[in-house]
Amino acid sequence: MLILARRLNETIVIGDTIRVSVVDIKGDQIKLGIEAPSNVKVYRQEVYDAIQEENREAARSAATRPIGGALPSLKRGTKDDSET
Amino acid sequence: MNIDSKAYGPIEINERQVIDFRSGIFGFSDLHDYALLDAVQPGFYWLQSLDDPEIAFIMLNPYDLRPDYVLEIPDEDLASLEYDDPDDILVFAIVTIPEDEAQISANLQGPIVINRAAQLGRQSISLDPRWKTKHIILEELAEAGSR
Repeated sequence: MLILARRLNETIVIGDTIRVSVVDIKGDQIKLGIEAPSNVKVYRQEVYDAIQEENREAARSAATRPIGGALPSLKRGTKDDSET
Repeated sequence: MNIDSKAYGPIEINERQVIDFRSGIFGFSDLHDYALLDAVQPGFYWLQSLDDPEIAFIMLNPYDLRPDYVLEIPDEDLASLEYDDPDDILVFAIVTIPEDEAQISANLQGPIVINRAAQLGRQSISLDPRWKTKHIILEELAEAGSR
């Protein structure tokens, strides 16, 4: 891992198109400003982790017992895109 | 074709039901081939791994839970599904069933998006912060009823 020290208002550049700036520092919280093309996905690591963990939990929960009766009945919405 | 499924054991499916998840699903990146099956309960579906019969997800149509749901994901995620007709795009939310069945939830933050024509699928991350990983289904339905 490349480790760079930066001060307030300093920036690093990644490739030709991505800039990450330190815009605010308060205690242990740092605000980063990220400029990137719209086709570059920027997410907090926690979001990935949360979705990954939710998937694992969902797979486990579907695995441990039959689901008959556990599922509530859905009132079908008006916009129905999932008929197979 | 014949497959092994978590819900129904060995079953025969139509090849049109096979969906290729090229990047896998978060946490299951080594599994790429899934079958989309109807669940017994109307409105629910199974996403069954063809690589590992033990891995299957229950899904629902997010619009059934939240008629105000809007699929807002990065353009490149949609483009990776190589669709021509937006009507071919199907959207699902994975359901989690904890011990306490009143807490059954749907993940609206990590929608499963499928192009049924090209039989390509992926999991995306919603750009809209309204959508979370755990929307308690009974609570959402109760709220919808009172709206």
